[in-house]
Amino acid sequence: MHAMTFAFGGLGSAPFPPDVQEHLVGLDRSSRADETPSSDAATNENSVLDLVGVRLSFGGVVALSDIDLSVGRGEILAIIGPNGAGKSSIINVISGVYRPDRGRVRLSGRDHTQVPTQALARHGVARTFQNLALFRGLSVLDNVVAGRAYRTRSSFIGQIAGSGQARAEQVDARDRAARVLGFLHLSHVGDRLAGTLPYGLQKRVELARALVAEPKILLLDEPMAGMTATEKNEMADFVRAARDTLGTTVVLIEHDIGVVMGLSDRVVVLDYGRKIADGTPDEVQANQRVIDAYLGVAPENDDGEGI
Amino acid sequence: MADFDWLFFIEVLVGGLLSGVMYSLVAIGFVLIYKTSGVLNFAQGAMLLFAALTFVSLTERGISFPLAFIITFGVMVFLGVAIERTVLRPLTNKPPITLFMATLGLSYVIEGAAQLLWGTQIHGLDLGIEDLPFDVGGVYISQFDIFAAVVAAGMVALLSLFFRYTRIGLGFRAVADDQFAAIAVGLRLPWIWATVWAAAGVVALVAGLLWSARVGVQFSLSLIVLKALPVLVLGGFDSILGAIVGGLLIGASEKLAEVYIGEYFGGGIEGWFAYVIALAFLLVRPSGLFGQKLVERV
Amino acid sequence: MSAIASDLPHSHFPARWAVTLALLAIAYVGVPLLGSSYLFEAILLPFLALSLAGVGLNILTGYAGQVSLGSAAFMAVGAFAAYNFNLRVDGLPLIASIVLAGFAAAAIGLVFGLPSLRLKGFYLAVSTLAAQFFVQWALTKFSWFSNDSASGVIDAPALSVAGFVFEGPVGRYYFALNVVAALTFLSYRLVNSQTGRNFIAVRDNETAARIIGVQVLKTKLLAFAVSSFIMGIAGVLWAFAYLRTVEPAGFNLDRSFQILFIVIIGGLASIRGAFFGAALIVVFPLLLSRLGSFLLGDVFDSGVLDMTQRIVLGVLIILFLILEPDGLVALWHRVRKRIGTALRRSRSQ
Ligand SMILES: Nc1ncnc2c1ncn2[C@@H]1O[C@H](COP(=O)(O)OP(=O)(O)OP(=O)(O)O)[C@@H](O)[C@H]1O
Ligand SMILES: [Mg+2]
Repeated sequence: MHAMTFAFGGLGSAPFPPDVQEHLVGLDRSSRADETPSSDAATNENSVLDLVGVRLSFGGVVALSDIDLSVGRGEILAIIGPNGAGKSSIINVISGVYRPDRGRVRLSGRDHTQVPTQALARHGVARTFQNLALFRGLSVLDNVVAGRAYRTRSSFIGQIAGSGQARAEQVDARDRAARVLGFLHLSHVGDRLAGTLPYGLQKRVELARALVAEPKILLLDEPMAGMTATEKNEMADFVRAARDTLGTTVVLIEHDIGVVMGLSDRVVVLDYGRKIADGTPDEVQANQRVIDAYLGVAPENDDGEGI
Repeated sequence: MADFDWLFFIEVLVGGLLSGVMYSLVAIGFVLIYKTSGVLNFAQGAMLLFAALTFVSLTERGISFPLAFIITFGVMVFLGVAIERTVLRPLTNKPPITLFMATLGLSYVIEGAAQLLWGTQIHGLDLGIEDLPFDVGGVYISQFDIFAAVVAAGMVALLSLFFRYTRIGLGFRAVADDQFAAIAVGLRLPWIWATVWAAAGVVALVAGLLWSARVGVQFSLSLIVLKALPVLVLGGFDSILGAIVGGLLIGASEKLAEVYIGEYFGGGIEGWFAYVIALAFLLVRPSGLFGQKLVERV
Repeated sequence: MSAIASDLPHSHFPARWAVTLALLAIAYVGVPLLGSSYLFEAILLPFLALSLAGVGLNILTGYAGQVSLGSAAFMAVGAFAAYNFNLRVDGLPLIASIVLAGFAAAAIGLVFGLPSLRLKGFYLAVSTLAAQFFVQWALTKFSWFSNDSASGVIDAPALSVAGFVFEGPVGRYYFALNVVAALTFLSYRLVNSQTGRNFIAVRDNETAARIIGVQVLKTKLLAFAVSSFIMGIAGVLWAFAYLRTVEPAGFNLDRSFQILFIVIIGGLASIRGAFFGAALIVVFPLLLSRLGSFLLGDVFDSGVLDMTQRIVLGVLIILFLILEPDGLVALWHRVRKRIGTALRRSRSQ
């Protein structure tokens, strides 16, 4: 098993080893960004993800109206706002789950009207979901292994026959998954069926499944909902560590203002589908419109399910 | 095209539409249950068989039509409530497809029980309406078909009155809209479900009698469910209007296809043609006839 | 039906293989030594064919989560394709005909799997009925498929492989056993591969699966094709090894439901479950008829038996869904665990 890993060391070694980082930063990012050099006014030189004039509605409900947003490389951006403000909708547009009525999403240097969900992982984007979206019938380890699905090249026949390629992919994916599980302190539940874990742990498994893909952009929809304060802090540490070791750009939705202020580099505030503020945590906290929008809103619901 | 027989065409079309009414009748029973409890009740056909068999067997034992109808009515209400109690309630909150399979098992039980109880021989049923053609401006239309259509219209009207003006009917609509909200305002779901199952039983009775008068009372009655399914796929599982329009569309196209293109297939295409229509339609318009386009929430 | 993979990797790998080997030894050596021809004809042959069909459907429904009500159609395609390949291609070995029949069933399965790309749940389940009715219609309608035989019932060819003819009940049993053992092994490999886990991913959360890069459409179609391949070959066994005749009537809607029941009763997403389920479905009508005629005597004629069977079967399904949604396999796991603890306790005393 180890010999196999070694032989395919190029595919994978340490969880977030320096060579992989360099590989990602040096090769993928710069070269892809060069493909279609952006000259759009709304997008910024340094950004890896841009939304330009995005509008989304469901029947009569306008979930997003003319959202412009750009996220810089390696940034942790928090999106906050009351329930129904359109936070999840932004992430769903970015990941191609929702198709915007108007506007564009620019991802890794390419413009999309609807992001091709199927190719998302290959473009280096991973996400978690507000409502748990684990594969309940798979073990925790297999859930995380599934996060490498976009790298699978072997055919099902090869897998049945146990071809070298299939076995190597398998070993590589399991190694990486095991390391990510270790990183997130989940190793002890690796064999459990994902559906049987407590809520907080399931949220963490989702993060593991996203991280194992070594994404350039990580979209987290309320990853700390329903957690205790300790668990939230732990989770915040994981997110920060992922950014620091992988250089991943993080877009994060979170209701707990305390966590948001401590974790994020920049905060965007949504209200009724509009962006009402965009700045550093301090700037946003002092912003009058934000204070107005939140006035009378009870200190954010801690069970966080976002009814 | 000069000698295309338009009169004949219209005759086929009208005949098809009217036989579509018969499909709609069966489909409505499904919709009632689907709307409130999210169950695709495969046993609807078996209920239909059960109702028809009970009715016929009663009349053959010398009980008058009205009395037999009332007794069967009572039996169907009882059956509906019993199903709700014994099968569906223990399965509350299970995935819809589990419920579906349970109704599949249920259909086996009801079919078996109906025939064990009343025997397997084929009965005729004469409702006293003759199946005579009847001339409307050169187009011959079956009297019986007209009668069936009138009964169907009457039943739909009754159902809408029921849902619009009775407490339980309003409850039904509330549940169909939003189960959780309905519970929150204190509606008692089991009660409503039981009523709906009973109502479906009654719909099965009416449809069963009409179909029996057509094809006789026999086991194959329960297979009528297979005719209703494409109608539901077309019209949407949760729309009574969809069931009606879907039934008409399927009835008409089925008859037209049988008459005009059936020979190219060597006939006998009615077993699957409705499915092909429904599928083709869904491929073009995945949300069905009347469904709005829903985006799955994530 | 909480749809959970029951074949989770267990810690005792050698023990599991030992059980498998023991079962194979019994099947290959023990049973033929002891069994009567009734056992082979009435129980083991249909059991093997139905188990295999159950394995096929389980891949589609249990693992990939696509409910199909048209299984018998794919069995029929397999049986008729094998018959026609064998009849019309000179010198084609029987095994080749059977494999080609599997591919024919897979192709038809692929076609009828196309709606799954846009339809879900009930809509898909209903659309699979189209396969059931269309295939049955086509096979009855076009007598070419049954070599223009007047009755539509045709004799199956002899089961000869490389000059060796599998004859008599025991011979046919060995033939079926070989096929079933081989395909079950391959299915087991498949469901435990990345592709098998992709099936489960698509079943449990399609959106999440798509996001992480599982090719959802391809995965669904593959599930349809593989499952139909297996069911097609199960159809060949049903016709060639069990009934010895090829006719469309046996592959009707009731057969499709029967296979669905096998999968539910045995346990969804479990290869082993298909065998448990098939055993129950094959054995219980025989038991019922014995029991019925023992208790009721003449009253219990074939008509009554038929109806009673329907009722009991329906009740069984409902009971399983309510009481043991993960099927006989889950029951088996529990029993084994209990025996294990009891043994350990008695040993420690
Ligand atoms: N799939 C959908 N179909 C219909 N309406 C939707 C859908 N998704 C979102 N909406 C509507 O769009 C608006 C924004 O929803 P969104 O989920 O983006 O809010 P949010 O900010 O994430 O709220 P929460 O804090 O509750 O998660 C809401 O009014 C919501 O009802
Ligand atoms: Mg949200």
